[in-house]
Amino acid sequence: MKPTDISAPDYFHKVVDCQWACPAHTPVPEYIRLIAEGRYSDAYMINWKSNVFPGILGRTCDRPCEPACRRGRVEENPVAICRLKRVAADFKDDVKHRMPKPSSAKNGKRIALVGGGPASLTVARDLAPLGYHCTVFDSDPKAGGMMRSQIPKFRLPDTVIDEETGYILDLGVEFKGGHRVDSLKKLLNENYDAIFVGSGAPRGRELDIPGRKEAAANIRIGIEWLASVSFGHVEKIGRRVIVLGGGNTAMDCCRTARRLGGEDVKVIVRSGFEEMKASPWEKEDALHEDIPILNYMVPVAFKHVSGKLIGVTFQKVKAEYDAKGRRNLVPTGEPNQTIPCDDVLVAVGQENAFPWIERDCGIEFDKWNMPQVDPITFVSTNSKVFFGGDAAFGPKNIIWAVAHGHDAALSIHKMLSGEDINERPLPEVNVFSQKMGIHEWSYDNDISGDKRFKVPHRDKVIALKDIKAEVELGYDVKLALGEAQRCLNCDVQTIFSAPACIECDACVDICPMDCITFTENGEEDDLRQRLKAPSPHHDQALYVAEGLKTGRVMVKDEDVCLHCGLCAERCPTGAWDMQKYLIDMTYAGSTCQSKARSAA
Amino acid sequence: MTYIAKPKFQHPGLPKNELGYTHRDYEGKVSTLCAGCGHDSITASIIEACYELSIEPHRVAKISGIGCSSKTPDYFLGNSHGFNSVHGRMPSVLTGANLANRDLIYLGVSGDGDSASIGFGQFAHSIRRAVNMTYIVENNGVYGLTKGQFSATADRGSKSKKGVMNTDNAIDLVAIALQLGASFVARSFSGDKSQLVPLIAAAIRHKGAAFIDVISPCIAFNNHAGSTKSFDYVREHNDAVNRLDVLTGRDPISVEYAPGTVQVVEQHDGTRLALRKIDADYDANDRLAAMTFLQKHAAKGQVVTGLLYVDPDAEDLHTHLDTVETPLNTLEAKDLCPGSAALEKINASLR
Repeated sequence: MKPTDISAPDYFHKVVDCQWACPAHTPVPEYIRLIAEGRYSDAYMINWKSNVFPGILGRTCDRPCEPACRRGRVEENPVAICRLKRVAADFKDDVKHRMPKPSSAKNGKRIALVGGGPASLTVARDLAPLGYHCTVFDSDPKAGGMMRSQIPKFRLPDTVIDEETGYILDLGVEFKGGHRVDSLKKLLNENYDAIFVGSGAPRGRELDIPGRKEAAANIRIGIEWLASVSFGHVEKIGRRVIVLGGGNTAMDCCRTARRLGGEDVKVIVRSGFEEMKASPWEKEDALHEDIPILNYMVPVAFKHVSGKLIGVTFQKVKAEYDAKGRRNLVPTGEPNQTIPCDDVLVAVGQENAFPWIERDCGIEFDKWNMPQVDPITFVSTNSKVFFGGDAAFGPKNIIWAVAHGHDAALSIHKMLSGEDINERPLPEVNVFSQKMGIHEWSYDNDISGDKRFKVPHRDKVIALKDIKAEVELGYDVKLALGEAQRCLNCDVQTIFSAPACIECDACVDICPMDCITFTENGEEDDLRQRLKAPSPHHDQALYVAEGLKTGRVMVKDEDVCLHCGLCAERCPTGAWDMQKYLIDMTYAGSTCQSKARSAA
Repeated sequence: MTYIAKPKFQHPGLPKNELGYTHRDYEGKVSTLCAGCGHDSITASIIEACYELSIEPHRVAKISGIGCSSKTPDYFLGNSHGFNSVHGRMPSVLTGANLANRDLIYLGVSGDGDSASIGFGQFAHSIRRAVNMTYIVENNGVYGLTKGQFSATADRGSKSKKGVMNTDNAIDLVAIALQLGASFVARSFSGDKSQLVPLIAAAIRHKGAAFIDVISPCIAFNNHAGSTKSFDYVREHNDAVNRLDVLTGRDPISVEYAPGTVQVVEQHDGTRLALRKIDADYDANDRLAAMTFLQKHAAKGQVVTGLLYVDPDAEDLHTHLDTVETPLNTLEAKDLCPGSAALEKINASLR
């Protein structure tokens, strides 16, 4: 193998699995260390810079970071990264004074943002301090978009949304609430310098089976119903409720129904329980609230008597896999089953809807009726119109919307500065030694053996009585410290210097995870076979260094390295060092115009 | 040394031996030796050999004297028996333990000071009595604990860290062991685990006095230009006569060897040692030739390593003394003291 180029910004970024997996590349280990030190405000600000909504995401994020977490490969469970983010938000001091100030000098450029959800607000956050005049349009009276309308208050209280959307609106962003944009053409005619579409995926998918029309009074589309609950238009539901669908919306629907009078609430899904789209922890929370989840049942008809819904009929299916591994649901042959109910909530998916975009204003749509959007610059085929969040590539989640927003803001800023938006500046990388003494490091390298700590929940009886009572109470300071200590500090990198190495094997002998091997070089597949411990994860890099006296190479498998620094402590010549790797993602206005790659 | 304990986590894919243990289960406490010490590599090699042989840790007694080397039994086999004895007295403590319980595996760990100076006589007598043991000398040529004075194994003409020349002649423990009748004699280098691990495994499976001299560079005081026990010097002057594969199972030899390149030696317990010859003329069964070979190469400044001599039919002290098969420490009082009638009988036979 060729020696590893550790100066490439991506190499060590990938080693920080959580940060690499986070669409917004939040520097996770860095803020977790600050939490351990009790520096909650600092931890919050690091989050705020990357993901804009730490308090909201700390309660609702889909957590792409956690399945990636190295701790999950070393023991059973990853670090509770998401809930530690909430800790930073919960325990911080007043951070208003640390927020950017509204720009004193406007640059005269006007940006229109359609939709007041996470994508648009991120664009506004990045652009407003640079002097742009940002106008956010939303049909709802307050900012937040789906975060406010679709996520139940017992998971995400309004106060948190108000606070974090407030930080953005306070930057001098103009918010036009209750103002639905119904024509892009009209907006284009208002001569904005750029338009950002962050209008989400606002349409719940229909379930067109017999009885749908006749029993319409008791059948509601999940996201619309959640929004009605959220704005106080709906306060009750029948005693027996069936929720159709297996995503996170279905989980929100069933748990909301439990709080509005639903005593016998069931979730019924087509697929198997394991394949449900809902996050495992959301399924767990539903089950905890006595909501059974029935699987492999396909709804075939709504049963009704004189316009009144009396139940839903299901066909029983099983999963069969074809030669290509594709799943088909085939009937088991068992008789159909009708489950009686008073109300049905349909949460079988969301769709994008752009009835307000005229097809002749320069925006091309694909065969699925989705706008053609560049996945890096987020520009549409109209060079002034950008898309982001669910509006760009269909329903994802908040953290993706934030990531899109950052990239779109960068594009808008580059375009309006007369630059090529396709030239994306590399992030800035800082790598510096953590050595404080012979066996002292500026991070805590003693690995905690603790198992993942559970987040305390409100008592179920009380939680089910009050739809606004937040179920999760969050970690207290002590639990947060324990959980923070589980972080392996994967951003403190092992850096090897071959010229200093005397090949004494001290690092090989001390490494608790058998990560280090000195051997003859070879092709990657061959090398992976000859390592001291098996190396089954090909997506995890091998760090190869040459230039040793014996002509061998040093190979370090990054896979399960604990970043404990023992290799560096046992190295007699300082050939190993522990160096903290910090990466500054490129945001609008955060860099000089065209920055060269910075060496590690 | 290191202030934090070695984390308990281990690689999830770590192979397990016949007992279901990984090599991590054979570790001891974290080393307190200087960073990079060759002794730590020997520790790791002992761990690896015991893991590969699927040895039950409670079946091992590790015994040492005083010195850096003699600290190391604390760093391996944390679940074994151990005795950290007086300076240079490891061999007699080991001999006594072996006599009392012949069923354990005896691992004597010593250094060049412990075995070639203060305990030279003890070393000699345990070898000539053929105590069944694996005697490892972690040989760095200096007194590391007292800041690097030359030890008795330092080569004449080699230089101290301060540049002072050694004028005394060196004791070659391998040569002495051969002369005193050790039935397994090897030399290796801490920087070459692929050679050292099989040698330790073979020695553990050898019945009789097995002696391994391991050159183990002292990073703090003897790893400079002018030293003959430094990483660089040993790597440059290492003259390995053979490489060893230890075959423990009943399985046929599956590795393909070109004809004439391998010498298979079957030991007392059925262990087969496949010696892959590097020096085609070297015969590991010829004690006299080994002694001559050693002297010739030493004169050229070469460090001869490998399995230098093995007697597969060796006997040990218990055979010589005709002791009972049952370990003495498990004999009942009536066996140990058969009564006055038996004494009378013995006395009568001597009249």
